[in-house]
Amino acid sequence: MTSVKPEVQQESQKRKKKLHAQQIKDRFISIFIGIFAIAWIFPIAWTLWSSLRPYKEIRAGGVFSPPQELGLFNYAEAIDRMQLPQYFWNTVVITVPAVFLILLFGSLIAFVVTRYSFRFNVAMLLLFTAGNLLPAQLVFIPVFKMYLAIGDAVGDRRFLYDSPIGVILIHVAFQMGFATFVLSSYMKTIPKEISESAMMDGASVFRHYFTVILPLLRPPLASLGVLMTTWIYNDFFWALVLMSTDNKRPITSALGRLQGEFVTDYNLLAAGAMIAALPTLLVFFILRKQFVSGLTLGATKG
Amino acid sequence: MSRVGTAAQPRVISPQKRRRFFSRGDKFTLGFFIGIPTILHIGLVWFPALATIYLSFTYWTGINPQDIVWAGLANYENILFNTPIFWEALRVNAIWLGWFFVIATPLGVLLAYQIDREIRGHKFYQSAYYLPVVLSLAVTGIIWNFLLRPDGFVNGLLGLEISEAISFFGDDRYNVWVIMIMASWRHIGYIMLLYLAGLKAVDSALREAATIDGATEWQTFRKVVFPAMRPVNVIVLVITIIESLRAFDMVYIIYGGRGGLPILGVLVFENIAGEGASMKGAAYAVILFLLSIVPIIAYLNQQFKEDDR
Repeated sequence: MTSVKPEVQQESQKRKKKLHAQQIKDRFISIFIGIFAIAWIFPIAWTLWSSLRPYKEIRAGGVFSPPQELGLFNYAEAIDRMQLPQYFWNTVVITVPAVFLILLFGSLIAFVVTRYSFRFNVAMLLLFTAGNLLPAQLVFIPVFKMYLAIGDAVGDRRFLYDSPIGVILIHVAFQMGFATFVLSSYMKTIPKEISESAMMDGASVFRHYFTVILPLLRPPLASLGVLMTTWIYNDFFWALVLMSTDNKRPITSALGRLQGEFVTDYNLLAAGAMIAALPTLLVFFILRKQFVSGLTLGATKG
Repeated sequence: MSRVGTAAQPRVISPQKRRRFFSRGDKFTLGFFIGIPTILHIGLVWFPALATIYLSFTYWTGINPQDIVWAGLANYENILFNTPIFWEALRVNAIWLGWFFVIATPLGVLLAYQIDREIRGHKFYQSAYYLPVVLSLAVTGIIWNFLLRPDGFVNGLLGLEISEAISFFGDDRYNVWVIMIMASWRHIGYIMLLYLAGLKAVDSALREAATIDGATEWQTFRKVVFPAMRPVNVIVLVITIIESLRAFDMVYIIYGGRGGLPILGVLVFENIAGEGASMKGAAYAVILFLLSIVPIIAYLNQQFKEDDR
């Protein structure tokens, strides 16, 4: 009996040693990742720092010159000279209706496809999901021509082209596929019995959707809403190619032109970029849970 | 007649006779629910996509549909044999893909793995790496330009005057790699988020069992965790390929859409904006599409195979 004891002791010592080695290793890993993490936020921190200083100080004393003046003056000037409120408004006009329609249409399709069995259910789902994966470049030329042609037919060339409506429609058409996919995989987890009892009670399709299903979809709709808002807010391509009048463009696309225009006062541009990033930073700080779950909902099916 | 039943399993026979037919109002609602989104989606995504494929075989000034002239493979021949910049762009996209595949994506996975183990400070680390993911690429371009411009941080750190400063975006020796780093800045965080979500779903009992059996950490990851993450792996792979093929925004914002670093996404754009009589832009778009068709199919296959289970 006693002969077992030292072995056990040895074993536990071995384990302790191993644990200790693991702790040291973890400490190293943690420090390494930490250094990287600081490097990761450094570009943003540096831009923020620069945006608080006048550019002429940097011209005179170099990037590392000690600051003599610090303040939000660049921000005030950026808002004023870059017409940022106008661009923000343009963004709102595009993003809000687009996200609303994406969620509405996505949930409608997902609802019908998962709650009623048609012969084409899977084909429908496939159509929307695959459509969402097509490169924007592949659809752009005809969309552009169609917008012009429809505009001419209506009698106003700028009815869709160079108008928020056109940009909204293309976002909705594309992202609807993603929303459909995410919402339908969520809806499959809602028990069928709920729908059955609704139908048994004689609820119309319309009521079935609005009063039974829609309230249950609140969590994925919130996540999708945040994700879609961020995506459309950050979109660059569509507003750039489908709008020709600069002061109709949303803020993200406008930054491109502002960069050229304010190249002589780079710190002002930094302030402008920081302001433009503000809504997404709010998503980062406040709505991160929704953003991340929206992102991963699409990728890992909940 | 339309034999539309409810979605329940057909074998279950309820005592009450199930309502098999919809009222006229319901039919109308269903048609409306499905019809409008479908028309919009097909009209603005699928129809234009097919039209682009058709147009890539034509010459067209782009004004009257009557002027479209069949060109056969001429646009493609032009691109493949008379446009050296296409091959340059392809090379850059290939470097991009290689970099993402070998460096950025594995780093994202590694980060996710370490953060998932809840090493000290993991909450802060997660936030730091996730921050660039929410920023638009336009803002990202400006932020990095701040570090790399002639009177920016890096040149200041190297002690170079503006006259002798390194032009990181202009100099061919540096620009590809600088852009790779910028792209990774975002990509690594993105992959980390996706992988982290996947890791959370892996049963921790699996890992413990492997450790008790004496597997090293690497073996556990390689033989237990990684295979269990198959769905996420496919998605990460697909995202890696698609993102590196379609890169557009960041390069556009840095170079203003002309010149600079050639990549396929920008070539499509250039040939649309300044198109001649050929539909070269359409042909570029089709090439871009063909290159990304394999990951698209892989993704769809994965998602819809799961559906059957």
